[in-house]
Parts: sequence; structure tokens; C-alpha cells
Amino acid sequence: MSDISNLSCLEIKAKIAAGEITSEQAVGAMFKKIDENEERIGAFISLCRDEAIDRAKKVDAKIKVGERVGSMAGVPIAVKDNMCTDFAATTCGSKILANFKPPYDAHVIERLKAQDAIIIGKTNMDEFAMGSSTENSGIKQTKNPWDTSRVPGGSSGGSAAAVAAKMCPAALGSDTGGSIRQPASFCGVVGLKPTYGRVSRYGLVAYGSSLDQIGPLTRTVADAALVMNVIAGEDLRDSTSVSENIAPKTDYLAGLDEGVKDLTIAVVPELNEGASAQVREAVKAAIEAYKKLGAKVIEISMPHFGYAIATYYVVATAEASSNLARYDGVHYGHRSKEAQNYIDVYTKSRAEGFGEEVKRRIMLGTYALSSGYYDAYYLKALKVRNLIRRDFTQAFEKSHCIMMPVAPTTAFKIGEKAADPLEMYLSDIYTIAANLAGVPGISVPCGFDGAGLPIGLQILGPAFGEGNLLKIARSYEKVNS
Amino acid sequence: MSALEYKLIVGLEIHVQLATETKMFCSCGLEFGAQPNSRVCPVCMGMPGVLPVMNKKAYEYSVLAALALNCNITKHTKWDRKSYYYPDLPKNYQISQYDLPMSSDGFIEIQASEGALKRVGIIRAHLEEDAGKNLHGAGENSQVDLNRAGTPLLEIVTAPDMNSPEEVRLLAEELQRIVRYLGVSEADMQKGHMRFEPNINLHIIRDGQLFKTAIAEVKNLNSFRSIERAVAYECSRQLDEFIENGRTMQNTPKTTMGWDDERQQTVLQREKEAAHDYRYFPEPDLVPVEMNDEWLGQIKSRLCEMPLARRIRFASEYKLSEYDAAVLANDRATGDYFDTIVKFGADPKRACNLITQVGMKLANEAGKNVAQIGATAKDVAQLADMADKGLISATAAAVIMGEMVSSGKEPMEIARDKNLLQSSDQDALMKFVDEVLAENPQAVADVKEGGKKKEKARGFLMGKVIQKAKGQANPKVAGELLSKRLEV
Repeated sequence: MSDISNLSCLEIKAKIAAGEITSEQAVGAMFKKIDENEERIGAFISLCRDEAIDRAKKVDAKIKVGERVGSMAGVPIAVKDNMCTDFAATTCGSKILANFKPPYDAHVIERLKAQDAIIIGKTNMDEFAMGSSTENSGIKQTKNPWDTSRVPGGSSGGSAAAVAAKMCPAALGSDTGGSIRQPASFCGVVGLKPTYGRVSRYGLVAYGSSLDQIGPLTRTVADAALVMNVIAGEDLRDSTSVSENIAPKTDYLAGLDEGVKDLTIAVVPELNEGASAQVREAVKAAIEAYKKLGAKVIEISMPHFGYAIATYYVVATAEASSNLARYDGVHYGHRSKEAQNYIDVYTKSRAEGFGEEVKRRIMLGTYALSSGYYDAYYLKALKVRNLIRRDFTQAFEKSHCIMMPVAPTTAFKIGEKAADPLEMYLSDIYTIAANLAGVPGISVPCGFDGAGLPIGLQILGPAFGEGNLLKIARSYEKVNS
Repeated sequence: MSALEYKLIVGLEIHVQLATETKMFCSCGLEFGAQPNSRVCPVCMGMPGVLPVMNKKAYEYSVLAALALNCNITKHTKWDRKSYYYPDLPKNYQISQYDLPMSSDGFIEIQASEGALKRVGIIRAHLEEDAGKNLHGAGENSQVDLNRAGTPLLEIVTAPDMNSPEEVRLLAEELQRIVRYLGVSEADMQKGHMRFEPNINLHIIRDGQLFKTAIAEVKNLNSFRSIERAVAYECSRQLDEFIENGRTMQNTPKTTMGWDDERQQTVLQREKEAAHDYRYFPEPDLVPVEMNDEWLGQIKSRLCEMPLARRIRFASEYKLSEYDAAVLANDRATGDYFDTIVKFGADPKRACNLITQVGMKLANEAGKNVAQIGATAKDVAQLADMADKGLISATAAAVIMGEMVSSGKEPMEIARDKNLLQSSDQDALMKFVDEVLAENPQAVADVKEGGKKKEKARGFLMGKVIQKAKGQANPKVAGELLSKRLEV
């Protein structure tokens, strides 16, 4: 028997359904892979070994008696450690929540359970999803499986590394400014950030509430579609989750191989300047491949794209400064042992519990919202955000999608950018705009640089067009693999 | 000693707890006095990853109240986060409304005892969530009870239009009646459903020059008496400090005061050097609220006659005293009940007496509202009619009302069963009169003789007639017949 850990979600699902393997075997294969590689990679914060085996056995029993099972029956999956699970600690990669066990499951966790997927563990991440290299994790350092001296990207670095290292066929990540797409690119896997509002954020520990979205990291486009079928859709507990009446959920697997007819791709020449030559070449080659498939390529301008990083670091940090106020040592999480009074409980618990980057962003955001500065920073950022949105709307009037690199470089060395936060922020230059505009984006592997490190092609589409994005990605995957 | 005049200036900030089944942003129930932290869930505890969902009913209740306060209803409103750190605030921000409140620019009318109406402006009314409660004194550490966290509150800000402690109390009382009429709040002061924070200062004119004293805000007053007394106390304190130390707005900071109910005085809590920076920004977890005409129309249809208008109508249309009108219009159920009884044809004054003198006593004993004691409006109207026609005495009416409540029978049936009907049958009564006159010649003589003994003798004869009729004689008719005979 071939190694189960090499299989995709759909292959595992099919083999389990056909009785060729059991879910317990599939889960066992993942844990074997993890046992062999985790020390080298460090993808997981916690593993749910007993829970996973137990659930796998239950799914096997259901299949054995012919009971109806869900669309991911028996398929192992990992989730980023900022999604609440009532069976495992949810740390957000932070010391302040190191021992926090939520009393409830996030919406996406409920959906995975309902479709009989097996959650095998919680993956490492930059603390509170703030970072682009997973170096900001307060728990551990995750390494890139392609070169363990390099970062896996971030903030969903654990999820990307786990999928790339075949410790699981799929993982959930969250993307606030590129946190799914950029690590997918660095680790050579597929990563989809859905439209804002497509997947419920209920139970996702908030970083930038108006930007955060949960999405899949997988090794194939079809697997991303499979996972999206499970996690997408309206949830009344998330007021920003979009009503089925406005944007009906589609079957993302249906017609996946058909591609998009008369595909028009927009490219933004002015944006390519910032990327390394090898990244530019690879993206150019991918677009050439689309041309060969019959796509038309047009050049457009996105005049406000260049303001995305500045806008993002006002909006995201402002929201974060408020979202993270609740970690105060009073109700749950880390409480300083040094505290003498309630003000101490706040200041000491937070000083001890949060890492440097989180503190930096809380301070940035607090400053941006302060009286006297609000108009100049936050309000101005909201205005620019609208202009960025308009750039996208105008682009999609003329094209089906926009293609560009995911990141300006391939995976960089651990420690290389850690001392320079501004340099680090620039690694999200291509991904952030989609979060500000709320549109979906996918990262698909499109070759390697000279050092053998994977490069990602980013495809951005109009709101609620993730079905088309997946089809477009799939047509390239077919010719590229 | 120089000439000195002053004017008291008071504005109110009022928090009204809405009478919804569940909290503002989650489905936890609201129950006063429940075991601490037994009405909580991840949302109102501010757990990581939770999201608020707006309670539509709370929004409708607040729109209804704002309409009754003559406010403009904002078509497009949003939610904002107000940030401050306090242990009873689990998220360390409160979801509130900052620059787009759901309503603004209204007014409330109050009526002083002399009857003059006064209009007090409403600057804005908005919806927000309440915090929990810190519990001190249970051992070494303080504890936090989050049962109240997330309770829907309507915050009403009035213009500084009140000029006496009495006006402040009258406004508080009027507002209580309004929200109770609308059913949007139980407005139970003892349960903290209404909390008042007056902002108080004085405009003093001395030797033709205007001086303004520093504004004092008194926090968390929750009884009508304490509101009135706190305002009166602040008025004299500020006047004294101006006279003795020349303290004005220019040389004295704004203060936040508490009310010490035991010592009946305000006590300094803190002096405000600068406004607190709450770092308001739009709540990204909630979508803006769009109030369309259809929805607004539905809410408007739930409006009813307001207590003040009703009080005035009762007094003018039914010729009732101001006192009676106020008693009947104090709560909506009693007013509706009274209106219905009158619609069934009862004389308003008679119906008023039956309700206020008989019904309310019964209601009080039963711990219910008079409208709910079990005497239907139709039956009470019939009872009033029977009394009006002299079929029963006033005493009998009270007895019958009591019986209506306990047995549910109709008043006429009770009157018959209990032999409470009065006879107005002239022939039958005349027979009794003649018998009495024949049996008591001395008394008849005394009456005819006139003078001192006349009235006493007449009363004696009247008593005998009533006795003969076994208490069922209509005293008015019997009296007329007696007079007729004695004068012949």
C-alpha cells in the first residue's frame, strides 16, 4: 500500500468510502509522519491524538454499518490554533492564552465535525496571527519543510508547513493580510482566502475583525474546493457572514475541471517592480501558460494598491488594539503572579503575556484611535480602503481575475527580517489589498527559484467568486503538475 | 451684603434597562437576583473568538421609546466600541453608539402640581450594553458577577432644561410611566432598571454679573427621592461654596459625585482634569442598522396614548379632579380599564370611585393591578349604572364589587342573591311610611311641632322606615315619601 500521507483529501475520502483503508489508518499515517518530522518542522502547538483516533474509529464504525457519513468522512485535517476547540487548548500562539481551553467550538470546527472530518491537531502561528514568518509565535518556531533554515511564512506557518510536510492533507488557516496565501506560497501548497463574509468567523480569535477570514491550505486545488464546501456558508452567530439570499453558496467541486470560458486575466505591470527576478519570471511563465490555454491578458493600473500596507497597519492594528483588550488576566488566560492590585493585574499580565510584535501593534492601534489622531489615521485609512475597493471593482469590470505574485520573494532565512519589522511588513505587499477590499484570493504553486524554494502565483477575483478562482487555479494546476 | 440671584441648571443622563427576554448581543436570559454567573455564555463573558448578534427586539423597544420621547429616528445607525479597562467589563470595551445614535432631538413634557406643562429637551437616546457587577467584601479578593453584562440599556440624555429638584423628580417619574406604558421596561427602581445621573450647576447673578458654578455629575441615583435630594443638596452646596470661597467654573474643575444615602449628602468621587479618551471606533463585528419606513411603521403602530396626555384628557373630558386623573392614568392598564368602563356607559365619576376606592383596595390585597382583579369592565359599568339608578347603595356597591372579584358573577345576580337591591317602589314604600307614622305618634308630633326636636324625630322615623324595608329602601325615595306625608 502506498503511503497514505501522500494522498489528497479526496483520495483518502474515496479509499475510506471504498473500504480500502480505514479512517483510523489514515489518521495513524498522519501521526506517524508527524512523529517522524515534527521535531524538525515544529508545525503543531498541540496534537489531538486520542480525540482523533477515537473519532476516526467512530466514523469507521458508521461506515461499516452503512450509516450516512459526511462529505469529509474520516479525512484528517489540522487547524490553526486561533480557532476555538472545546477538546483542545486554543493558544493563538501566545503565552497569554497558553493554558486556555475554550468552552465551545468555532463554527468551522462544528462544520468539520458535522462532516466527519478528523481534527488531528492545532498548528503553530505568529502570536494572534500577527506576522509573516511564524517567528512571532510565543510557543515555538516552525521551519519550512523545503529548507529548515528558512521560515514557512506566516501567520498560518504551522498549517502550511504541516500540509507541505504531508503531516496532513489539509489544514485551516486564517488570512488577515496574507496569512494563508503567503505561507502557502513559501511552502509550495494551495491556499485560499475566501471573500470576507463567506466563512463564519464565530470562534476565530479576532485579530483584525473587518479583515480576518478562514480558509483552506491543501496540496491540490480540488481539496481546497472540498474543504470550502464544508466551511463556507451563512452563520447567524456572525453578523458579517453573508446571507445565502445575497450570495448563495455553490458546490465548489462541481465543474472544477471545466475552467472559465473566454478567460480574461488582468495584470498590473507597476506592481511587479517590487518582486525578485525569479519570482517575476515564474509568475510571468504561469501567465504564459494561461495564454496557451486561450486566456486573454490585459494590463490594468491599480492606483491605490501602493497604499495598502499603510492602510492595513492602521485598520488592522486599531481593531487589534481593541480585540486584544480582553486579555487582561481577570477572567481567563495568564495572570501575573506579581500583581498587587487590579491595575497590576492588567499591566503585568499583559506585559508578561504578550510578545514584542503584539505589543507593537497594540500600541500602533491605540495611537491611531486616540482622540486627536483618529481623523488623521483611522478615518483617513477607511477612506483609502474605499479607494482600494474601487480599484478592484474597476479591475473586475474588465477581467475575470487579477494575477500577480503572492510574495516578493521566496521563503527567507529564519531571523533574516526579525529585527526589522518594516522589512517584514513588506512581505505582505501583494496580499494585503485583497483583505482591505474583502475579495477572495488564491495562492497556487508556480515553480521554484534557483535554491529550489517554491514560488506562488496569486489569483484575485471578485467578491463571492471563489468558485471561479478555484476553476482558474485548477486549469493551471493541470498543465503545471 | 450684595444682591444675589441664582438659577439651578440640571440635565440628566438616564439609563433604562429594556424588558427583553434576552441580552443585547447574546441569547442569555435576564433574571434579577439569579445566582452569580449563572446567566452567562461565551459571548457575554467576552471569550476569545465570540461575536455579538444584535437583539432586534431591544432595538425596536428603544425606537418605540424614542418615538414616545418625540425623537427623530435615525435611518442609518451603527455600533461603536467604547474602550476602558474595568474588571466588570469583560471585553474591556462596551458596545455602544457614538456619533450616530439611533435617535436624537426630542422632548419630554412634565406637569408640575399647579398643572403648568414644561418641555425638557432630549438631546439623544441610544442603545448600549450594560457591564457586569464587581462584588466586594467576599473575602480577600473581589469577585465579578457577569449576569448583568450585556443587558440592553437605553441611554437618554436630556438638555439642561430643568430648574428645580422637583422638576428633576417629575421628569424621572414621567419617564418611568412612559416606558412602562410602552412595555419597553419594567422600570423597577429597586432592581436598578432606571439609573439617573444629573449634571448640576448654578447660574448666579451678583451685582449684575453672571457667574457659573462648576458642573457636578452625581452618579447612579436609583430612587426618585434620592434624585430630588441630591439635586437640592448640590444646589445649596454649590451656592455656599460660591458665596464662601467664590468657587466657579473658572477656578474649579468638573466633579463626579456619589450620593451617600445615609448622610443625605453628595460625596466627591473624582475631579475631571480632562475628558477620558474612550477611543471610540465603529464596531467591526456588527453591521449598521438600516431603519426603513416599513419597519418604522410597524414600530409606530405600537405607540399608545402617553400618560401625560391621558391625565389631561381624563381631567377635562371626564371632569375628574387632577388627583383622580393622575391615579387612573398612572399605569396603562388602569387607564385602559377605566376608559373601557366609561365606554360601556358608566358615569366617569362613579367609575372612578369604584376603581380608586374599592377596586384598588382589592387589587392591593391581591397584589395585582386593578384591571387584573377579575371584575370585567362591562360588569363594573353595570355596577356603576345600578348605583346611579339608586338600585343599590354605595355600601352595597363595594360589597358587590368584592363579590364580583371572588365569584365572577354579574353584579345584578349578586345584588339579588345577597338581597342588596333597594326598593324604589313608591306604593310599597308608602305602605311602610304609613305604618311607621301610625306606630310612632309622639315622633310625628315632634316633627310637626318643629323646633329643636324636629330633625332628630325625622331621623328616627326615617330609620324605622329603612328598618321595615329590611335595608332595601332607596333612602332618597323613602325620604321624599316621608316628607310628603309629614307635610300633609
